[in-house]
Amino acid sequence: MINCEEALRRLAEYLDAELLGESSREMEQHLERCRSCFSRVEFEKRLKSCTAELRREPVPPDLERRIRALVDTFKS
Amino acid sequence: MTPEDGVTVGTIDSRRSAADREWFQGIVVELLSDLYGTALRLTRNRADAEDLVAEAVARAWSHLDELADRTRVQGWLFRILTNAFLSIKRTDARHGIQESLDDNDGDFSLFEQLHAPILLWWGSPEQEFLNKLLREDLTRAVDALPEQFRVVVVLAEMHGFTYQEIAEALQVPIGTVRSRLARARVLLQKALWAHAQDAGLVGPKHLKATMDHE
Repeated sequence: MINCEEALRRLAEYLDAELLGESSREMEQHLERCRSCFSRVEFEKRLKSCTAELRREPVPPDLERRIRALVDTFKS
Repeated sequence: MTPEDGVTVGTIDSRRSAADREWFQGIVVELLSDLYGTALRLTRNRADAEDLVAEAVARAWSHLDELADRTRVQGWLFRILTNAFLSIKRTDARHGIQESLDDNDGDFSLFEQLHAPILLWWGSPEQEFLNKLLREDLTRAVDALPEQFRVVVVLAEMHGFTYQEIAEALQVPIGTVRSRLARARVLLQKALWAHAQDAGLVGPKHLKATMDHE
């Protein structure tokens, strides 16, 4: 059994899938019982998911042409 | 030679087949939006991002023989892109170009701020906030992070690298990765909170708008 303070201490590693074995199970068990921590984790997950979306940007047409031309120069 | 080393197109191995090149081009074009987006987050500059993608593609081709499992090409390409960026930045650092890091960020939780009783939200404050959060707001907040924090956000949050993988890429202890990531998130959430206040998404303005609407 872990309390809210310990759950929040483990929050980052839980979000980043770095918690293993018993630590992870204890966290899951706490989240099943604690509405406040569950809401916090859901919020952080959604924020992380929004941040992850920033890895994708529309490709400028010039860049695609440049990369295709570059690969064409590679010998095979 | 490792992907961290510099490479020129002229050194590229000629043993690869036309099929290899066709496969490689297909993968690169398919991932170009992600490669460019990641490069843009790292460099914060469109021209530099385009150069970084081209450099990474050239490095990747020259090291293709080191990719044992082609199903893992995506993570491998992003690692090369990141290494290319870091090697450029290490050169800059040797020339005295380095951002300073403020150690006094403390703890901060956007979630707790959104739940402050004074805000008197209706419904779920964090859901409301996330629904109103625009991509450009988040982009601005990430781009404003000092480089050492921005890099860990890109690797951990955008690409799901493990702490160990990030530590190896950055050549720092794993504890440094943890602390940088924690501080990056504090800075990011502080910036989003400041933006939410400025834009009237939270606080008295939001309260008034909500009451008028009711």
